[in-house]
Amino acid sequence: MSLVILILILLGGGLLAIFAQRMNEDMPRWVSLATIVLALVYLLGVVSNLPVEPLTIADAGSSWLIHLKLEWIPRFGISFELAMDGLSLLLVVLTLLLGLIAVSSSWSEINFKQGLFQANLLWTLAGVTGVFLAMDLFLFFLFWEVMLIPMYLLIAIWGHENKAYAAMKFFIFTQFSGLLMLISIVILAWQASLANGSYSYSYFDLLGTTLNAKLEFWVMLGFFLAFTVKLPSFPFHTWLPDAHTQAPTAGSVLLAGILLKTGAYGLLRICIPLFPNASMEFAPIAMALGAAGVIYGAVLAFAQSDFKRLVAYSSVSHMGFVLLGLYAWNTLALQGAVMQMVAHGVSTAALFMMAGAIQQRLHTRDMHKMGGLWHNAPRMGACALFFALASLGLPGLGNFVAEFLVLIGLFAVQPWITAVAALGMVGAAIYALWMMQLAFQGKPIENREFADFGRREMATMAAMMVALVWLGLYPQPVLDIAQPVLDSLQNIVPSLVSEAPTADIAGVNL
Amino acid sequence: MNTLSLIPALPLFSAILLMVSAGRLPKQISAILGVGSVGLSALCVAMVAMGFMADGQVREITLWTWIAIEDFTPAIAFYVDGLTIVMMSVITGVGFLIHLYSVEFMASDESFSRYFAYMNLFVAAMLLLVMADNLLLLYMGWEGVGVCSYLLVGFWYRDPDNGQAARKAFVVTRVGDTAMALGLFLLFTELGTLDIQPLMAAANSQWQVGGTLPVLATALLLGGALGKSAQLPLHTWLPDAMAGPTPVSALIHAATMVTAGVYLIARTHELFLLAPATLEAVAWLGLATLLLAAFAALAQNDIKRILAYSTISQIGYMFLALGVGAFSAGIFHLMTHAFFKALLFLAAGAVIHCLHHEHNIFRMGGLRTRLPVVFASFLIGSAALAALPFTSGFYSKDSILLAAWSLPDIGPTLWAGGLLGALLTAIYSFRLVFVVFFGEANTEPDKQAGWKMAVPLIILCVLAAAGGWISQPLDDVFPAQGHDVVHVIEYIGIAVPLIGLLLAYLLFLGKQLSLSSLTESSMGKALQDFWLKGWRIDDLYHNLLVRPFTGFARLCRNEPVDLFYNSIAGALRWSHRSLSSIQTGELRWYATSMVFGLIVLVAIMLRNAS
Repeated sequence: MSLVILILILLGGGLLAIFAQRMNEDMPRWVSLATIVLALVYLLGVVSNLPVEPLTIADAGSSWLIHLKLEWIPRFGISFELAMDGLSLLLVVLTLLLGLIAVSSSWSEINFKQGLFQANLLWTLAGVTGVFLAMDLFLFFLFWEVMLIPMYLLIAIWGHENKAYAAMKFFIFTQFSGLLMLISIVILAWQASLANGSYSYSYFDLLGTTLNAKLEFWVMLGFFLAFTVKLPSFPFHTWLPDAHTQAPTAGSVLLAGILLKTGAYGLLRICIPLFPNASMEFAPIAMALGAAGVIYGAVLAFAQSDFKRLVAYSSVSHMGFVLLGLYAWNTLALQGAVMQMVAHGVSTAALFMMAGAIQQRLHTRDMHKMGGLWHNAPRMGACALFFALASLGLPGLGNFVAEFLVLIGLFAVQPWITAVAALGMVGAAIYALWMMQLAFQGKPIENREFADFGRREMATMAAMMVALVWLGLYPQPVLDIAQPVLDSLQNIVPSLVSEAPTADIAGVNL
Repeated sequence: MNTLSLIPALPLFSAILLMVSAGRLPKQISAILGVGSVGLSALCVAMVAMGFMADGQVREITLWTWIAIEDFTPAIAFYVDGLTIVMMSVITGVGFLIHLYSVEFMASDESFSRYFAYMNLFVAAMLLLVMADNLLLLYMGWEGVGVCSYLLVGFWYRDPDNGQAARKAFVVTRVGDTAMALGLFLLFTELGTLDIQPLMAAANSQWQVGGTLPVLATALLLGGALGKSAQLPLHTWLPDAMAGPTPVSALIHAATMVTAGVYLIARTHELFLLAPATLEAVAWLGLATLLLAAFAALAQNDIKRILAYSTISQIGYMFLALGVGAFSAGIFHLMTHAFFKALLFLAAGAVIHCLHHEHNIFRMGGLRTRLPVVFASFLIGSAALAALPFTSGFYSKDSILLAAWSLPDIGPTLWAGGLLGALLTAIYSFRLVFVVFFGEANTEPDKQAGWKMAVPLIILCVLAAAGGWISQPLDDVFPAQGHDVVHVIEYIGIAVPLIGLLLAYLLFLGKQLSLSSLTESSMGKALQDFWLKGWRIDDLYHNLLVRPFTGFARLCRNEPVDLFYNSIAGALRWSHRSLSSIQTGELRWYATSMVFGLIVLVAIMLRNAS
């Protein structure tokens, strides 16, 4: 039941926030803060009472920590099934922590309908948490939609100048690809029922369903599209720059920090394990898309003059590494992909918070109108520098560990794709330092009023810096939590490689 | 904490303290932290070195396991042998002197503590690089020094040109770093470890000399070394990197960071010995770089750019040494070069400092009597750079040329090239001395160097003059290399720099020889301009790489992929409009279209019936 309570805390907190606004205009954000802290404390309390074996023992058969299954619509075999293992635990904790960051980053930014804003924020968190925990595919789809609608509202109501367009684009992309996933879910359950004799939407029942090759491919594609639109992968990424640019700061933080990770999670948990054969066939295409995304995202990030758009495209580039890591499907690359989800969540959230803080002060996101901000706000400049360096993959910070692991794992499978994707490291250096140059270096504009980061903002930034240094220098706790899950996933799908690896490096003639 | 881990920890700790304090500390405290931490670190190095001299034992320490996934288990661990001791001594010793010098040089800068934070961070990263026991940790130091170089080149951030130079330095070296990262992937995938010593053992047991894999792996590592050490074709960033404060150029772009590539190859020399093709490429690239940079140095007017090209050229000698297998000689030249080039940069810094930031050597002149300490420093530094007999540079350059000569087949060619380089070196270094310190005074100095600047200069003078007698504990690190001493070759090696000195005297001081007929001709002017612009390699890269990249980026700026999605949206909107336009509300239209539709339907039915 504990997982249900966790989701109910977030949903209930949202309702409370709406009512709290009637008492006091500033009350909702405190309610929101309290709700997330409560959810975190509750989750950690639950986890600390669990047996530790599934978190440490890799091949004990089950890496699941908590499993709950209630009947919901028995006629169609739909159940209310939630479960948590190390991977979901990691992502739920990340969700809640970034929820705190989101609340902090929008502390003074939102000036109307605060109650509804905080409610939507909390409901998004509830939807994402549900996605990470749902083990019934129908329920999974439900949560997939639950996180979409409040996010749509966050952009459409509290967004910037072009919010209607951006919110609608976001909605249509996600909704259309979600529809494809729903069709795939239904076909999969129907096919499985032909073999088993009864309907079930449970992930555990559907694992190992054999479809004929053609059907498996099309059903897989439905899931793949839904997840890669969310990820987002080139060429399905175009909703992201618009959504990010127009969203309020908290929306961008949530979007980049955690919503994108649901796509990666879906590929890792659902798409590849359910359709191993089709995925194996499809892996080269997926990896090519990943590498294309890495490069394309980096080039377009460099081309932007809007601070938020630049960060948004850098996300496209970084999530390309996740796609590469997932389809390389060996332990190093998978660990890298998981680490990238966490590290990118933190570093990008920080950069969006930075963008929001600048926009609040200067009322522009155009970097050509900034310049020399270091002079006015050295603390802010130092923070921006730190996260720009994280973004370009400086060793010692979490993003480097992630990208290095992805690439070193990928190299054993696809050395040439690795070589292409590694160019993303050069691209990242170009756009990250260009951003520093345009916004913070150069000649400061005279007589500009520009407040440096205050205590609340510095505390938030410092927390994220510590997190990235920790992930960069001692990532082992995260790796250890993810390892049993990755082991069990690799038991289900041993490999996505159809031919012997490294054959083509040795074959190079010099 | 033992002494070994204190060595990088002290400057790191000081850097963090200076960053967190964000300039709130008084300047004295920042200076004490900045200089003191490096000084203490140098003392620790001295202690470790003395212990090492006594017992000759390699020192190892593992702090913690960085990452452990299956067989991939790089640790935060240090490995200190003779090579590391040499490097650590140079980094902390020369580093300390440069830090001390900086206290005076940067005294009036408003970002005093930020400067020392970056400098200390650099020293920590550089120490990490040379102490790392595995290639991943080395890579962390490698990128760390790159970032510090970026930060310090762009230290005076208000001038966008400085930012441009800083980004260029970082991005160009990153190209090399990416190749190096691929090298690490290849080494791990094939040999299953990145720990340097086990890696060398595994390579020796599993790979054949001259096999494809060792050549490929070393070529990728070489890519990293070329970038960091500013060798062809990735050398273009170093002359621009002179935009940073001059002590930065002394520390990072002369004594330490730019020699990281030399260190990398020396550290992994067992791999390179398995790949003779790569090693030969190292020698040729070194030779090409040293000549190209020496010609470019002849044509420069900016005092720092002369020294920058000279650095590129001298590192070319180190690469030449590595390429011919004379690893000890390469590291020896690395050390002596650190002494005399740091000295030259600091002396140049003193000139610039005392001459209201003047960089152009032709607006200096006659400083011999006005800045005597600086003049003496420059004289000794240039003598060592030109490898005049009995200076430190003489011994190291001599052993490189001898080793090159002893190589079969290509040896004499490499030797002759190196000798030509030595002639050019003597000419450009004494051109600098004669133009700046002799002749008419063009600018009067407005201040003198204080003790914090003079003391480091004097100590470095001693090292540059006598550093050739230091013996390095490298016998256990590199394979022994004996070559017959050919006296004629040695005599030629002594004579050539002296000829260069004489030529420089005749051209620039005595004026007995004149180049005016040459330099006034259109050919001569073009050539001079060509060398001044560094053989126009920057222009080449600009047209070949930068412009296509920015052009492509500009082309894609508004998201070409959206054309596809927008066309779907457009098609839907069009069909929406066309369909809604027939809903006019006019009964006549509806009736007519119904009748028309009926006729079509009947016609189809009749046709099907028949």
